Amino acid sequence: MGGMALPQVAPVETPEVEEAPAVDRPWVTIVWDDPVNLMSYVTWVFQKLFGYSREKAEALMLDVHNKGKAVVTSGARERMEMDANQLHGYGLWATVDRD
Amino acid sequence: MFRRNGRQCVATFAVDEVRVLRKVAGEVVGLLTDGMDHTDPVVSRLFPDIYPERPDDSAEFRLYTEGELKTGKIDQAGAILAALPDEGEGEVRLDGEAAEAWLRAINDARLAMGTRLDIRADTDLAEELDEAVLHDPGSSRVFQLSVYAYLGYLQESLLNALPEIE
Repeated sequence: MGGMALPQVAPVETPEVEEAPAVDRPWVTIVWDDPVNLMSYVTWVFQKLFGYSREKAEALMLDVHNKGKAVVTSGARERMEMDANQLHGYGLWATVDRD
Repeated sequence: MFRRNGRQCVATFAVDEVRVLRKVAGEVVGLLTDGMDHTDPVVSRLFPDIYPERPDDSAEFRLYTEGELKTGKIDQAGAILAALPDEGEGEVRLDGEAAEAWLRAINDARLAMGTRLDIRADTDLAEELDEAVLHDPGSSRVFQLSVYAYLGYLQESLLNALPEIE
């Protein structure tokens, strides 16, 4: 990393940020665009899996298609991991990240 | 292609269609059972990393979830094999649960084929097929592209035949 002549700069951590309560920083499930999955199938999966209305599911699908990705659910980390795993069962390309 | 009949989705398949569907479903099962190779792009597409920038966390998550995910995918491909006529042409009738398994399994097959065929967002399937036919009408690429296109129509017809989700 730094050159040897440079003095050591003390703490690099920023404890305030690291220790912020997890509750305040939800996790998200992201679905990424994919050249194979049919638009109608992706909409159906969002309705089926998350109980979204057709309008909401379609809007999310279009976000995925036009913007390359969309946040489909948010909440506790374990919950997002479960959502992403279920999406993988349906063949959607899903990942989990911090909001 | 599927159509709705009461609460069921119904399709009549010709001999060639039955043969193709058996083959693609069998190939998905084979891919999942023959000791999966994680460097295979098809396997990485069917089992994506949940944390793309944190390989260790992804691997740990995979350790706990992959077995079940894999079993689910084998079962859904098995639902295709189970519903098809044993030989020759025939009718397939799917209730809601079987229709869902078929949709998921057709999708897995399309993902596998699409990855092998290098299908991209800007790929024009008709153009790609014309080119392949010009090059060599008897090639495996022509066959694979035709099957890929066929599975897309079949999946779309099944989605249209499903009862509306309440």
